[in-house]
Amino acid sequence: MIAKTPKFDRRSFIVGTAAVGGGLVLGLNIPFGPIGGSVVRAQDGSPEITAWVVIRPDDTVVIRVARSEMGQGTLTGLAQMVAEELECDWSKVTTEYPTPGQSVARKRVWGDFSTGGSRGIRESHQYVRQGGATARTMLVQAAADAWKVPAAECSAANSVITHQPSGRTTTYGKVAEAAAKLTPPANVPLKDPKDWKLIGKPVKRLDTMDKLTGAQVYGMDLKLPGMLNAAIKDCPVFGGKVKSFEAAKVTGMPGVRHVVKVGDSGVAVVADTWWQAKTALDALPIVWDEGQHAKVSSAQIADMLKAGLTADQAFVANKNGDVSAAIAGAAKKVEAVYAYPFQNHAPMEVMNATARYTPERCEVWVPTQNGEAAFAATLAASGLPADKCEVYKIHLGGGFGRRGAFHDYVTQAVLIAKQVPGTPVKMIWSREEDMLHGRYHPVTQCKLVGAFDANNNLTGLHMRISGQSILAAVRPEALQDGRDPATFQGLNPTGEFAFGYSVPNLLIDHAMRNTHVPPGFWRGVNINQNAIYVECFMDELAQAVGQDPLEFRRKLMSKHPKHLAVLNAVADRAGWGKPAPQGVYRGLAQMMAFNSYVAACAEISVSGGDKVKVHRIVCATDPGYAVNPAQIERQIAGSFVYGLSALFMEECTVKDGRIEQENFHTYDSMRIAQMPKVESIIMPSGGFWGGVGEPTICVAAPAVLNAFFAATGKRLRTIPLKQHGITMV
Amino acid sequence: MARFTVNGKALEVDVNPSTPLLWAIREQVGLTGTKYGCGVAQCGACTVHLDGAAVRSCVMPVAAAEGKQITTIEGLAAGGTLHKVQQAWLEYQVPQCGFCQSGMIMAVAALLKDKPKPTDADIDAGITNICRCGTFQQVREAIHAAAKA
Repeated sequence: MIAKTPKFDRRSFIVGTAAVGGGLVLGLNIPFGPIGGSVVRAQDGSPEITAWVVIRPDDTVVIRVARSEMGQGTLTGLAQMVAEELECDWSKVTTEYPTPGQSVARKRVWGDFSTGGSRGIRESHQYVRQGGATARTMLVQAAADAWKVPAAECSAANSVITHQPSGRTTTYGKVAEAAAKLTPPANVPLKDPKDWKLIGKPVKRLDTMDKLTGAQVYGMDLKLPGMLNAAIKDCPVFGGKVKSFEAAKVTGMPGVRHVVKVGDSGVAVVADTWWQAKTALDALPIVWDEGQHAKVSSAQIADMLKAGLTADQAFVANKNGDVSAAIAGAAKKVEAVYAYPFQNHAPMEVMNATARYTPERCEVWVPTQNGEAAFAATLAASGLPADKCEVYKIHLGGGFGRRGAFHDYVTQAVLIAKQVPGTPVKMIWSREEDMLHGRYHPVTQCKLVGAFDANNNLTGLHMRISGQSILAAVRPEALQDGRDPATFQGLNPTGEFAFGYSVPNLLIDHAMRNTHVPPGFWRGVNINQNAIYVECFMDELAQAVGQDPLEFRRKLMSKHPKHLAVLNAVADRAGWGKPAPQGVYRGLAQMMAFNSYVAACAEISVSGGDKVKVHRIVCATDPGYAVNPAQIERQIAGSFVYGLSALFMEECTVKDGRIEQENFHTYDSMRIAQMPKVESIIMPSGGFWGGVGEPTICVAAPAVLNAFFAATGKRLRTIPLKQHGITMV
Repeated sequence: MARFTVNGKALEVDVNPSTPLLWAIREQVGLTGTKYGCGVAQCGACTVHLDGAAVRSCVMPVAAAEGKQITTIEGLAAGGTLHKVQQAWLEYQVPQCGFCQSGMIMAVAALLKDKPKPTDADIDAGITNICRCGTFQQVREAIHAAAKA
C-alpha cells in the first residue's frame, strides 16, 4: 500500500535543504508531511510523522491542534480523532498548538485555525483523522522495513506494532525516526464509524489538571523577562478619538514608565505593574473627540429598527407561495413584534495581549479563537512581514466569539510595544473597558404575521427582521449583493441552518439597519434572536387556534424529520401532555443550527407574577456524530447558563453614544442558585457532522418564554426580562 | 510595605497599602492562579482564604491582610496531594475554560470547612461565583461528591 521512499531524492533534498537553511520549511506542498529525507522536527528534536503527529523516543504522542481551546473541549475532541486513526496509546497523548507563523510558512498545512461557528470538529474531522491514519501507516511501514517483512503482515494498536506471523513487536517511539523519513502515502482509508474505539467515548479532558491548581497560564498570567504592564482606555464613544491628554499629571506616579497614545482613539499607561498602570490611567486627564455618534441613544436605535419593520426594501431569505395574498385572504390573522438587545460576551478573562517589538521582529502572546487572524493583526500593526512576526496562542479564559473575528486588543498591544521597542508589554483591559468595547450581539426587531384559513390551517407566515448585520460590519466582502446571509441562521430553506417548518405561503426577509455600535459573533450568533422570534410565535399561532403547541408544530414539520425527532425526544422525556408537578408549566422550542438539530422543554414556576424558577430543562441534540458525549453534555448544560443569563439579565443600552453597563453589577450573569437541572439527550443519527458549542443556546430563551406564557397567560416579547421587572430565582 | 503569610511562607511585600490584595498576590508575590475578573467583588474569580475564610481579594486593600494567613489556589493542595475539592473537580470534570475555577474551588473549600455536608440550599447561598462557561451543574455534583470524600 505504501510507496517506499528512495533514500535520496535530489529534488526534494534541494527543496528541503534550502528551506531548512532559511529556518522555515518552505516549498513543501504535501498535505501530511515532508518529502522523504527531510525530517521536520519539533522543538525538542522529536520527529514529525505527519504535521499532526510528533512521536518522542519515549513513545509520547504529541498531537497538534490548530483550533483554540476556550473551554469547549475541542482540544480533547480533536486529539481523540487523530488518536483514533493513529492507534496510539491514549494515556501517552499530549497536545500542542502549532503557531500561525509556522502555518503560514508551511502553506497552511494545519488548515483553518478559526475556532468559532461550532466548527472545530465538524470542519476538520476529515483531515485530522487523515493525519492520524497516514502517520499510523508510515509507522507500520517503518517497522516492516526494519523487519524486512510486508507491511500488510503488521498491525498497530496502543502504540505497539506487531508482526502477526512472528509475534515480534516494537513501539512507535522506536520506529518514529525511520517513519518520519518515509513519503506519506496518499489517501489512506479511514475507519468506518462502527469501528471507532475512541471517538464517541466520554474520555476525560486533557487540560483539566492545571486548571485545578492555578498552574494554567492564561494570557493575563504571562510573565516574560523585563516585561512591563499596560492599562488602556479607548474613546468610550465608538468612532471617537483622543483629543488630548496630560501625561505630566501621572508620569511621576509610582511605577509609571510611559504614557502613550494608541492609534487615534486610545491612551495607555505603561508601568512596572498593571495595578500601577491602571491607577495612573484612572488619574490621567483625557479629553475625547467623541465624534458624530456622541448623542446616539437606545431609543433612537429602536426607532430606526421599528421603521425597518414596514420598509419596502428588504433582503429575502426564504420565500415560497404568495404570502401577501395569503394574509389578505386570511380568515384569521395573528401579528406580533419582538425585539432582541445588544449583549456583551463578557468572558471571565478580559481582553489582553502581550507584545514584544523590535524593527527586526514582532512577537505576540494572546488568547485568541483564531491564531491566523491574530497573526494578520500583528503584521498590520507592526508593519513587518510574515517571516518577522509570530503569534503564540494561549488557552482562553472564555471566548464566546469575542476573540475570533476581532483582534483590536492585539493591534493595541503591538502599537504600545512599538513605542517601547525591545521591551515586552502585557496589556490587560479593565472589566469596565471590556464592557465598553465589546463587539455586541446584534440588535434586531422582528414583526411576524401569520394567516389562517377558515379551518384553522396556517396558510401564510411573514417574518420581517429589522436590524444589524454582523457581516456588513465585519466582513462586507461576504455580503451577497448587499444581503447578509448570516442574518437568516435557522431560517433558510435548506443547509446547515434550515427552517424546520413547511408553510404554503412563506416570506422571511431582512431590512438591514446598522448602528455605530459594532456588532459581533456572540455565541450562537443570529439563531439566538431568530429562535425566540420563530418559536415564541409558533406558540402564539397555536394558541390563536386553540391547539397544543406540540401538535401544532408537528403538523408543520412532517417534511423535516430530524427537526421533529429532537422535538419529539424532549416532549417524550419531559412528559409533554402529562400533568406537570403542581405549579410547574412547560414550554417547547426547536431549531437547526450549525448543522445540528436541537430542542428543549423547559419546566418553570412563577411566584408573585414576577419571580421565575427554572426547575428543569430537557434538551436533545442530534449533531450527526458525538465525538465526546461527556463534553457535549457539558456544552449543553453550559449553553443554558449563557442563554438564560441573556434572557433574564443581559442588555447593553446606549446613552450618549456609549454603552451604559460597566461591570457585572449592571450586566449580571446567572449563579449556581438559579441553575436548572439540565437533562441531555444526545441522539447522533450519523451521516453528517454538526456543531455542539453553540446550537443549544438558542432554544433556552423561547422554551422558557413559552413556559412563562403557559404559567401566566402573558406573552413577553422583549428581553431581557429584567425590563419587565422579572427576576430569576 | 505589607507583611503576611502566603501558603505558609512569611513575606514582606513592598507595595502601596491601598493596592488590592489580588494585585499584590499576582504582581508582587507572583502567584497568578488567583484571577482578576471584575475588580468589584461581583464574580469571585479572585477568591482566596484569609485566616481560613473565603474573601474576594480584588476589593481588599493589602493593608487589611497585614499579619494574616493567606491561602491561594497554589497552596490548597497540601504536600502535593490534591485537596478533596480539587479531586472531586478532576473526577467530575468540572472546568471548561477554567478561568473562574480557582476562585470557585477556593469558595467551595471554605464552604465545606463551615458546612461539611452542605445541602443544595447551603450551596446556593454560599457559592455566588460567576462562571460564564456555565459549569454549575458539575460544580454542584462535585461539591456533594467532595462532601462525601
